[in-house]
Amino acid sequence: MRKLVGIALLAAMVAVAGFGTTVAQAKDLKVGFVYVSPIGDAGYSYAHDLGRQSVAKMDGVKTFYVESVPEGADATRVVNNMARKGDDVIFGTSFGYMDPMLKVAKKFPNTTFMHCSGYKTAPNMSAYFGRMYQARYLAGLVAGSMTKSNIIGYAGAFPIPEVKRGINAFTLGVRAVNPKAKVHVVWTKTWYDPATEKEAAKSLIDIGADVIAQHQDSPGPQEAAQEAGVYSIGYNSDMSAFAPKAHLTSAIWNWSAFYPVVIEKVKKGEWKADNYWWGLSEGVVDLAPFGDMVPKKVQDMVNARKAEIKNGTFKVFAGPIKDQSGKVRIKKGEVASDKMLTGMDWFVEGVEGSNQ
Amino acid sequence: MGLELIIPILAATIQSGTPILYATLGEMLTERSGVLNLGVEGMMIFGAFFAFLVSHYTGSPWLAFACAGILAGLFGLAHAVVCLVFQGNQVVSGLALTILGVGLADFLGTPYVGLSADGFSPFSVPLLSSLPVLGDIFFKQDALVYLSYFLPFLFWFFMNRTKWGLAVGAAGENPAACFAAGLNPVKLRWAGIFFGGVLCGLGGAYLSLAYTHLWTNNMTAGRGWIAVALVIFAFWRPGRAMFGAYLFGGIMAFQLRLQAVGATLPSSLLLMLPYALTIIVLLFSSARGKGRQAPAALGVNIEPGE
Repeated sequence: MRKLVGIALLAAMVAVAGFGTTVAQAKDLKVGFVYVSPIGDAGYSYAHDLGRQSVAKMDGVKTFYVESVPEGADATRVVNNMARKGDDVIFGTSFGYMDPMLKVAKKFPNTTFMHCSGYKTAPNMSAYFGRMYQARYLAGLVAGSMTKSNIIGYAGAFPIPEVKRGINAFTLGVRAVNPKAKVHVVWTKTWYDPATEKEAAKSLIDIGADVIAQHQDSPGPQEAAQEAGVYSIGYNSDMSAFAPKAHLTSAIWNWSAFYPVVIEKVKKGEWKADNYWWGLSEGVVDLAPFGDMVPKKVQDMVNARKAEIKNGTFKVFAGPIKDQSGKVRIKKGEVASDKMLTGMDWFVEGVEGSNQ
Repeated sequence: MGLELIIPILAATIQSGTPILYATLGEMLTERSGVLNLGVEGMMIFGAFFAFLVSHYTGSPWLAFACAGILAGLFGLAHAVVCLVFQGNQVVSGLALTILGVGLADFLGTPYVGLSADGFSPFSVPLLSSLPVLGDIFFKQDALVYLSYFLPFLFWFFMNRTKWGLAVGAAGENPAACFAAGLNPVKLRWAGIFFGGVLCGLGGAYLSLAYTHLWTNNMTAGRGWIAVALVIFAFWRPGRAMFGAYLFGGIMAFQLRLQAVGATLPSSLLLMLPYALTIIVLLFSSARGKGRQAPAALGVNIEPGE
């Protein structure tokens, strides 16, 4: 019985794959996307899939995607299948796909590989990510302006540089408008576990936090804020639907500003391996529309700062910046290099909690 | 740490302990009838998913809660077929049930991740909620928590004071004697597996209807396994199950709040606590004594013709 089902599934898969290749015209550029979670999650993969959809609207391009692909051996298999099937460009959107993609990239020198959030490249593989910390700094300005208790809660996924960088930028934003405020961090060690992430937010509310921010993919923390009557800041995409009364804004991804540009380059033959790290000025990251409770004055202040970041006159990680212990990490007059940012493993002054 | 922080921890303890309490009582019922069912995690997630699905389409949390229980119970009957009809290995069949349940819920549930549905929200019980301290801890919860307060007592009453409960217990202690007394131990075990599965499903439903109003893959996150361990910790007695479930809920609630107040301990160490506690609990409860034994015929299949 199980065997029969297996054969049937296999047959169905072959049929679907065959269908895909016959429909695509010979000259169509085929673009594959690999996601780590389901696209319906209103979160990280959802944001990437919106980017894919704008690629799909381009002329002479066919897109394909595989969702919920675990990092590691499964990723190698999926990426390998895509390359063998003849995809011309493959986007892998999770950190753990880096080594699998690198391995497959060596085997398929004529295929273009794009890996998100890593640092390794090859002649036919680029690394890319977005300067989410810029949007988080702006979100911090909002949170710092709205808090009354001067305690802001932040539910973090894993203590890795990407998340810590975001917490630091957020805290710098908070303290720029409200030097007395502190940002309390709770690690959940999950990317998407609504129950744990909601509980983490509740624990922060219990200690007096009146604004909840998150680097988690589930809307659990938003729910907690809405129920407790405090404010919230979302992540990935506009999370206002989950907490209409609490949601101040969200730090969001906008991959539609990046993916079509890459595809255009490939089509013209201008693509070369690079390390892309685009931000607010290119539109890859942004803030979601403000909630009604954010006063006009605060909105104007945040928008002014956004313009300064966009035109390069303001840098988020400009010294002097001290760490939790009061030691100066970035000197006055200096700006953190990208290398420092990608390896950031310390917390700035004003963050409360363990950095591991 | 003052009272104003301890009360929320205890209130959160009750909430995190509730899904585990439902599932622990479910597994306890099945084991008291003589069948070991390691499929708790699978039945829980099955319940969590169908609760969300029904609530999402009908908007009725109570209907969703009931459907989750019944469907999880029916799902658990796969275990009954293997163990009671074909005398299969109970450990292997239970594990298969967990793997199948998690896989099925994942497969069917993927399109529903990120959607929301109606569910249960906390409300204050008149009078009781105005009690000092206790009111804030016990009586500002949701309906499913209030329901769970009665469950251990109902469980005890059923097993010790009703004809059917005593019969189920007999099927777990000595099926041959049970048969000699004119009862059908196989039928009783069918009932034990079904109603145990119902309770496990209700525990899962709590996660997607009350704890959060969301569904996601793998949202039970090992709570079913904690329930299996707690049955042993509780020596198959419902009162201790309640204590054990809240002990675990307390550790989960506590470690997050310890981080929130700014403890500089590595978070990995704190997150490990519930699991470390599981091992310690199993170590201590392996010391057998009077009134601590498992049902005598637990895990032993009833051979045909016996």
